Amino acid sequence: MLEVRGVRQVFGGVTALDDVSFRVNRGEITGVIGPNGAGKTTLFNIITGIYSRTAGAVFLEARDISGLPAERLASLGMVRTFQNIELFSHMTVLENVMVGLHARSKSGMLACALKMPWTVAEERRIRTEAMAWLEFVGIADLAQVEAGNLPFGKGRLLELARAMACEPRILLMDEPAAGLNSQETLGLARLIRAVREKGVSVVLVEHDMELVMDICDRIIVLNLGRKLAEGTPRQIQENPEVISAYLGEEL
Amino acid sequence: MIKHPLCKYTAFVALILIIPFVLKGSYLINVMVFVGINTMLAIALNLLLGYAGQISLGHAAFFGLGAYLSGVLTATHGMNPWLVMVAAAVGVGLLAFVIGFPILRLKGHYLAMATLGFGIIVYIVFNETVDITGGPSGLSGIPNLKLGPVAFDSDLKNYYLVWIVTLLVVLLAVNLADSRIGRSLRAIHDSEVAARVMGVNARLLKVQIFALSAVISSLAGSLYAHTMAFVAPASFGFNFSVELLTMVVIGGLGSIYGSFLGALLLTLLPEFLRFLHDYDIVFYGLLLMVMIMFMPGGLVRGIPALLRRMMTGRKKGETVDA
Repeated sequence: MLEVRGVRQVFGGVTALDDVSFRVNRGEITGVIGPNGAGKTTLFNIITGIYSRTAGAVFLEARDISGLPAERLASLGMVRTFQNIELFSHMTVLENVMVGLHARSKSGMLACALKMPWTVAEERRIRTEAMAWLEFVGIADLAQVEAGNLPFGKGRLLELARAMACEPRILLMDEPAAGLNSQETLGLARLIRAVREKGVSVVLVEHDMELVMDICDRIIVLNLGRKLAEGTPRQIQENPEVISAYLGEEL
Repeated sequence: MIKHPLCKYTAFVALILIIPFVLKGSYLINVMVFVGINTMLAIALNLLLGYAGQISLGHAAFFGLGAYLSGVLTATHGMNPWLVMVAAAVGVGLLAFVIGFPILRLKGHYLAMATLGFGIIVYIVFNETVDITGGPSGLSGIPNLKLGPVAFDSDLKNYYLVWIVTLLVVLLAVNLADSRIGRSLRAIHDSEVAARVMGVNARLLKVQIFALSAVISSLAGSLYAHTMAFVAPASFGFNFSVELLTMVVIGGLGSIYGSFLGALLLTLLPEFLRFLHDYDIVFYGLLLMVMIMFMPGGLVRGIPALLRRMMTGRKKGETVDA
């Protein structure tokens, strides 16, 4: 599904990522964990075209996507969410999700200005599908609320609905549980599983170990910009190198 | 309030059609011609600033380029004014497209400075190319537009001419704002990175809307040249760019009808502030300050809110659901 091959990223003199390689299998939930500063978010930004990498390559279903700009990836089936939710805060909740359908609609500037019949039909489809995704995450009742007024937890759900509206084949989530209470985290876990049920592969960077161990099929551990370990949750929990990276080495 | 977009537009068209009968014989009909031109310009800038969130302090330049292209090519070279108008709009649009790519990579203050620089360069060209533009003393003898037997040579005829084009621009802008493209523009405004992740080609879309904005401004410029029959660089300087910005902000950022209100207020106001002589600029400053403090959403949002408060204000202590 997704393959990261020998990715290296240097900021000034600092090596943020050093020769990181891994694969994400279709239909799996893959967790990327690691202590602060391990390079998780940098890795996400490279995969999703926000940063350009120093070396290495990223493949999406055998297609080399390294260096492609972020806006090209949505139509290739890859979307992401953000650590500090990035909503369109002056737009309604429904409109936010409608933007999520951008890559799957095509009326141009002229057709929109002239309100051509097919544009009107497309607009109707966009609205209906967006509403369905709001129902999927359970915030359809908030459709007309301005997104900037949403409580944090609901904002996370909206971001997920917006990403799903792209109908991605792979969804990358950057710390989806950050700032959520335990009740909300449980709801999130259920939703992530529901996303997988729809055949979407999920990659998440997360600090909430309970969540990661609970829902991930496979886990990749980064430390100081290098891949430290890879395996099932059980293998990771028992890996002595991972334990020492998290807890510090014994003196 | 009228909610449905088509009803709103019909009401607006009706208003524009009634005005000539109300103002019959008044010199204000001439002022309303300029309200139309300024409405187009304010809408053009609003698409860029209010929707896409990209500032321009040089929009008077596109207006001026349209006016001078029409003026020079018809008055000096005797070309067909309608053809020139279209060709000028296309040319100015292309120019905006070309300079838009490097300029719109900039953000915030840097973008403001770059567009300001563009505006000043164009202004200097108008002043210095005396052989072509007539320099600071202006270019006169621009012919009125003619359509078959009708010559647009009176204020009333110009009113209809300018407002037909303006109403068309309003309709297209309203449609565009309420569409997939309008949403993408607002998305770029709020979070460019998230918009890109959703597949919005932010860089290209910003340049496209900049070019569209320039096309509308150029069209307004051509109409201005033909209705005035005279153009001079002073109309297209930095001051006018700021005035356009004021219209957009006072009317309401991100509202097409708001742009009309802003243009109306700022075009009519000088007629009623004559007694202030040169101190009218103080009044504008105060107006802008008061607006930003008490009606940050502009007239288009502030007035309905004020009316609501006046209607419900007597029952103090009750909370009003906004």
